[in-house]
Amino acid sequence: MFTTLNLRALGVATIATLALTGAILVGSRNLQNFDAALIAYLFGAVFAWFGLVYRYDVWLQRPPTRLYWRRGWQFFFSGRMFGHGWALVRRGFEDMAAQSFIRKRGGLRWAGHMLIAWGCVIAFAVTFPLTFGWIHFTLAQGTIDTYEAHVFGFRLFSFPLNSFIAANIFHVLNWSSVMIIIGLGLMMRRRLTDAGQIAIQTFEGDILPLILLAAIAVTGLGLTWDYEFMQGRAHQFMAITHAIVVILFLLWMPFGKFFHIFQRPAQLGVAIYRREGAMGPQAVCPHTQEAFASQLHIDDLKATTRELGYNFTLEDGSSHLQLSPQGKRAALAKAHLAARKRSGSLFG
Amino acid sequence: MQNTQIRTDEEFFVDPQRCIGCRACEMACAECETNGQTSMIHVDYVDRAVSTQTSVQVCMHCEDPACARVCPADAITKDEFGIVHTANTARCISCANCVLACPFGVPKKIETTQIMMKCNMCYDRTSAGKRPMCATVCPSGALWFGKREKMAQMRPHSTPVNTFFFGAQTVRTKVNIMMPAGSTALRVD
Repeated sequence: MFTTLNLRALGVATIATLALTGAILVGSRNLQNFDAALIAYLFGAVFAWFGLVYRYDVWLQRPPTRLYWRRGWQFFFSGRMFGHGWALVRRGFEDMAAQSFIRKRGGLRWAGHMLIAWGCVIAFAVTFPLTFGWIHFTLAQGTIDTYEAHVFGFRLFSFPLNSFIAANIFHVLNWSSVMIIIGLGLMMRRRLTDAGQIAIQTFEGDILPLILLAAIAVTGLGLTWDYEFMQGRAHQFMAITHAIVVILFLLWMPFGKFFHIFQRPAQLGVAIYRREGAMGPQAVCPHTQEAFASQLHIDDLKATTRELGYNFTLEDGSSHLQLSPQGKRAALAKAHLAARKRSGSLFG
Repeated sequence: MQNTQIRTDEEFFVDPQRCIGCRACEMACAECETNGQTSMIHVDYVDRAVSTQTSVQVCMHCEDPACARVCPADAITKDEFGIVHTANTARCISCANCVLACPFGVPKKIETTQIMMKCNMCYDRTSAGKRPMCATVCPSGALWFGKREKMAQMRPHSTPVNTFFFGAQTVRTKVNIMMPAGSTALRVD
């Protein structure tokens, strides 16, 4: 069982988990502001954090990932920080916030993904600080109709109960649930009707994440439904089922499809890498005589493939990787024609 | 992907020398549902200035796929049938490592959608026991999918080969290339 245990990742994840635990203790003022009713969520979240850091570190140890990680930071701090920084802000907005590359894959697909992504981001932004005791609410002293919001134990602002802002603060998780349910409907429709997706999708990889999110959103709404319309009679059932599905989600987050949430920002590192590559010399294909990639990328790829055990070095000392994709296809076709010619017949 | 009916007794055979550049395969490839109606097959003039030779290239589905190994996002996977799948859309970070590392020059990077795409042997069809689209329409036999025995009958003077040398690198593939009888490998460079 422990033969595949990655000791470096284990160490990094343990340190990160201890750091989070410390941040929870400090941020909740020695658990003074910690809500004990959320203890199960807390353990789930801490485990998820451990798993995420562990997997992230294992992922970073892979040669191609490690190269992009190092190169990304190296170029960011290389003296062009403002240029790269601005590019990061722009790409961050386009790719992460607006997810415009998904819109180009399909309008409804984009709408579904945006609703799910932002619904989850809003829900995460609310629930994790609440679970960690970093945010809590109190009744303002001397009043019976004013709430105060505290962050890390510091009073941030107050708001009257029965106000527009209060309704939205108390129901923000309901709004995010509605967003997620609508988004899930759009994505599930695609999963059930797109013939290409049906051919390649898997239950655990593509369907289960949607079911899990739906279960969280529906049971979350059920809690509000219960206290608004059922006088709290189903509270225990709703609270326990919601906790179970949320904790399942947290435990599975590092291992399943949701890990892409944490992988996706690597796209920004690639953007810096490409910017830097575009400023330097370009690789020219010996076959097409045209530039097809940055020389930086080709040189890095030669090193990465060597590290992975490949050796594309040719007899003359050059590399097969110096050919563009079109050049590689032509090389194969020429070699095939030459072999046919040597055999004395062009067809066989 | 669990309930596949892939015909393990049938294989893909490519004979670039038979390609007449008609591009019927390109049109057929765009019918593949798993590509999202985007053609993935490559039909090229090899060196148009001096020759009318054309070539056709599908994904060769390497036993040890360089595209998957150089992917920093674990987006490319090979399944139990040896099919190397196109990039997982949730994971691909559009770095183009696979495009530049593939020794056959197969993967395409689609800039607008920031995704790598490649031939996955018409998984929507082959997983249902059907032949890949390109192989069903090729009029000259450059692309053929079926049983090895049948191919041996059709091309008695050729041998299917799935070993390639790219300099010092040996690459073995699921897809075969038709070579002169008795050949065991194709040295590319």
